[in-house]
Amino acid sequence: MTDTTLDSLTKRIIPCLDVDAGRVVKGVKFVDIRDAGDPVEIARRYDAAGADEITFLDITASSDDRETLVHVVEQVASEVFMPLTVGGGIRSTADVRRMLNAGADKVGINTAAIREPELVRQAAERFGSQCIVVAIDAKRVSGEGKPARWEVFTHGGRKPTGLDAVEWAARMSEYGAGEILLTSMDRDGTREGFDLALTRAVSDAVPVPVIASGGVGNLQHLVDGVLEGHADAVLAASIFHFGEFTVAEAKDYMAARGVPVRRPWEAE
Amino acid sequence: MGSIAVIDYGMGNLRSVAKALEHVDDRARVVITHEPEQILRADRVVFPGQGAIRDCMSELQRLELRDVILEVARSKPFLGVCLGLQALLEFSDENGGVAGLGLLPGRVRHFRDGFCSAGVAAPGKVPLMGWVPVRQVAAHPLWSGIPDGQWFYFVHSYYVELLEGATVGVSRYGLDFTAAAARENMFATQFHPEKSQRAGLALLANFARWDGTR
Repeated sequence: MTDTTLDSLTKRIIPCLDVDAGRVVKGVKFVDIRDAGDPVEIARRYDAAGADEITFLDITASSDDRETLVHVVEQVASEVFMPLTVGGGIRSTADVRRMLNAGADKVGINTAAIREPELVRQAAERFGSQCIVVAIDAKRVSGEGKPARWEVFTHGGRKPTGLDAVEWAARMSEYGAGEILLTSMDRDGTREGFDLALTRAVSDAVPVPVIASGGVGNLQHLVDGVLEGHADAVLAASIFHFGEFTVAEAKDYMAARGVPVRRPWEAE
Repeated sequence: MGSIAVIDYGMGNLRSVAKALEHVDDRARVVITHEPEQILRADRVVFPGQGAIRDCMSELQRLELRDVILEVARSKPFLGVCLGLQALLEFSDENGGVAGLGLLPGRVRHFRDGFCSAGVAAPGKVPLMGWVPVRQVAAHPLWSGIPDGQWFYFVHSYYVELLEGATVGVSRYGLDFTAAAARENMFATQFHPEKSQRAGLALLANFARWDGTR
């Protein structure tokens, strides 16, 4: 039993899997994995590895393939007993209900919240704030030397919305979002680390937990996200998927630097 | 072995808890139901729940499940989860104040009110979302084989105060709160065993073979 973390909520490590037409894409490379595209198999591996949650991000374009995701969630939730978040393409409270009934614990709403903010309020009232995550893709729009300002973007960072990211996060939590998934579009895919100023600005502005996302390239980035960015959870994809680091290594590293983390039972 | 009824009153994800029970006991007949007869007939009953307490109580009323729950909570192995713990209390501050089932004496409060009256700074965000260790402050068959201080998964903004004689698991988030309570054949958790990986499955396996005695 770890003593130092006994009295505290631990910071969560969340591997994120991109799913297209029911298959995990951008390859996950676990040693000896039989099927690198099978969401159930990969979720099972992350469960065994001691991940604190898993997030599935549906990048499917067609609505037919969205139905496939519902079945994926059903299968994963039948075999893996850990918190599961599903995002991507959620447009209505009916979509939220379908994912929750399939076994998701939390549902991420992104573009639809911008188009129709009341959707967040309705979903939170109907299903509870605890299962409504508002996903925000933010980009820095202030010039060099100017006070930092970030704007909310859609369509993979291509389309500006005119919304200030910090204000938007605060508004969404007022509407009932129970958590904010904050992705820096400037850092996503760069492996240069989270946008810490953005993460801290949002985290300090909202009363609900914030998941930092976008840019993780090494384990120090995870520590920085928590200690400097004030994030409650850190989301990462490639550093885990490609086997560079295990979740256990990430937790060892974070714990050694004063971040409270959970040790899975197996490791004791 | 035997049948386990998971009470379905439209409050949250019941599939996960049913699947987890099937996972730990492949001989168990798990049924998700709001039929009073099925619930009364089952060998064991699970009372899950997510969302707001007022909706919870009014749905129980509408489906005529209130008396059924009062009956089975006194007569057979019974497991409340999350809102299924909070609804067992006398009173919740949520939604401006709602009377609960009164099976456990005590009150459900918002974390922020708790921090305020305890004079402590908020240790973090609300809802409390994530993994917190649970101290087993009283022996119970449902703790069997689970190391003291194991982490379980919590998601909640309201908490149950410590209950004298009934709290069997304590967690800390700025203040100590009831992570698990038990009385006779009744056990209830604030955390989600069905989402707590190995520790949670161990607790559910213990429940699936519990005879309802201490």
